[in-house]
Amino acid sequence: MKTLRLIWMGWLFQFKQMRRSSFDSFLAILWPLFFATVAFFMFRQGGDPDALIYAGLGASVMGIWTATSVAAGSALQRERWYGTLELLVAAPAHFSVILLPIGLATATIGLYCMATTLAFGWLVFGIDLRLEDPLAFALAVTATLLSIGALGFLIAVAFARYRNAWALGAVSEYPVWLVCGFLVPLAFLPDWVRPISWALAPTWGMRAIRVAANGGSPWAEIGMCFVLGTAYVLLGVLITNRVLRAARARASLSLT
Amino acid sequence: MTGARIFAVGGLISYRALFYWLTPMIYIPSLMLAPIFQILLMAYIGRSAGLASDEFYVVGNAIQYAAVPCLFAMTQLVGGEKFQNTLSAILVSPAPRLPLFFGRAVPVVLNGAFVAGFSLLAGSLILGVHIPAGAILPLALVILVAAFSCTGLGLINAALALRIRESAVLSNVLFGFLLIFTGANVPLSDVPGWMQTVAQGLPFTHSIEAARDLVAGASLASVADLLGAELLVAGTYLAVGYLLLRFFENQGRRHATLERS
Repeated sequence: MKTLRLIWMGWLFQFKQMRRSSFDSFLAILWPLFFATVAFFMFRQGGDPDALIYAGLGASVMGIWTATSVAAGSALQRERWYGTLELLVAAPAHFSVILLPIGLATATIGLYCMATTLAFGWLVFGIDLRLEDPLAFALAVTATLLSIGALGFLIAVAFARYRNAWALGAVSEYPVWLVCGFLVPLAFLPDWVRPISWALAPTWGMRAIRVAANGGSPWAEIGMCFVLGTAYVLLGVLITNRVLRAARARASLSLT
Repeated sequence: MTGARIFAVGGLISYRALFYWLTPMIYIPSLMLAPIFQILLMAYIGRSAGLASDEFYVVGNAIQYAAVPCLFAMTQLVGGEKFQNTLSAILVSPAPRLPLFFGRAVPVVLNGAFVAGFSLLAGSLILGVHIPAGAILPLALVILVAAFSCTGLGLINAALALRIRESAVLSNVLFGFLLIFTGANVPLSDVPGWMQTVAQGLPFTHSIEAARDLVAGASLASVADLLGAELLVAGTYLAVGYLLLRFFENQGRRHATLERS
């Protein structure tokens, strides 16, 4: 119960803080819109209305990943700047329970991106997106958010020992957009890319959202999101323990 | 003579400072890997939408990505000095401003050209785009002019950083507009007329077109008008950027806002 409360309060605190940051909120919303605009122009030029709807849904999920990748990559460095990292590590709660809400909060900012991109596509490019099963769609979006948040948590702990982790987080933006099938069907990519796509929860989240929007059954894809999300969290906890043990032994937590 | 020394020594120190901050852990992911991924992303979207050839996206995105080093590094010109508390010391000095600011722009131009050239090479090798041997030197010139032109816009960005706090956000927004408006990914003939008009006054529009012509086999002489237009855009932005820097410097002195961060 205490853990759930800590995750909830951590999420609320981080979410409020990110909402006040123009970099983490305003830019996170605007940035994918630039790419969505380019993609909408390109697919409109292609002349296939179904492809435009495909791009509209894909572009809306791009924002969730954008909001997560950079912010999660720099999460620990931000705490270092604030001077709060040592205090958080020394707290009695396990550090992963403090970090997980950061990933979840960044993914939640992605909801703004998703709504903005869908509205932009409808208003400017006339992409008429009809949701055949709104409830399944909402569940698919929730599963996508949670699994991307879990991936954000994994990124945050995996890059804990790098001062410039934001750059590593940022560079993961385009590859994930590409290999998770947001705008390009996986069939267009080389065969060796497929296993990478399958190991990434955004691939399944994107599929679940598309299937739900078209009235199909997204439960298998939603299940994959939860399986992979749980795996990311477990792996993240293991990495957290290892990183903290090493940082304590070498007195290198602050990286100064 | 003093002006020449400020131009050369100031530029050199600025170059070293830039790479003190731009460590390999930042440089390689941000300026060497990211442009390759952008090229791949756009080329695959193009394939998926059944549009232009890979060559179109390799050339367009390689040159457009020079915006990242040009815009962000020029903003560092002001933002970095603010962060290190050295801005006041520089602006209180009697050094002539023209060599002071333009000397710092030279490394930015060269770095921007390197990033665009590397992206073009890597993108071409990965996607199998053939670049004629005879086009390599003219392409290098076009890339240099493109980086010069975007550095002009970067100078305006740097001037605005004297006034606003969120210069990194502004740099990203400018990058996004260049992505949409310059024809890097969408042929200008396929966008609304007002966007085509705006594109004529932006960095990269003419150089991307010139580079595509060169890769298609055109001679340097045949793209001279496009290069001239890009240089005109560059000159205009540099002049406006310089005037804005002087204006905001004076405003900063008057209102004691130079150190605002």
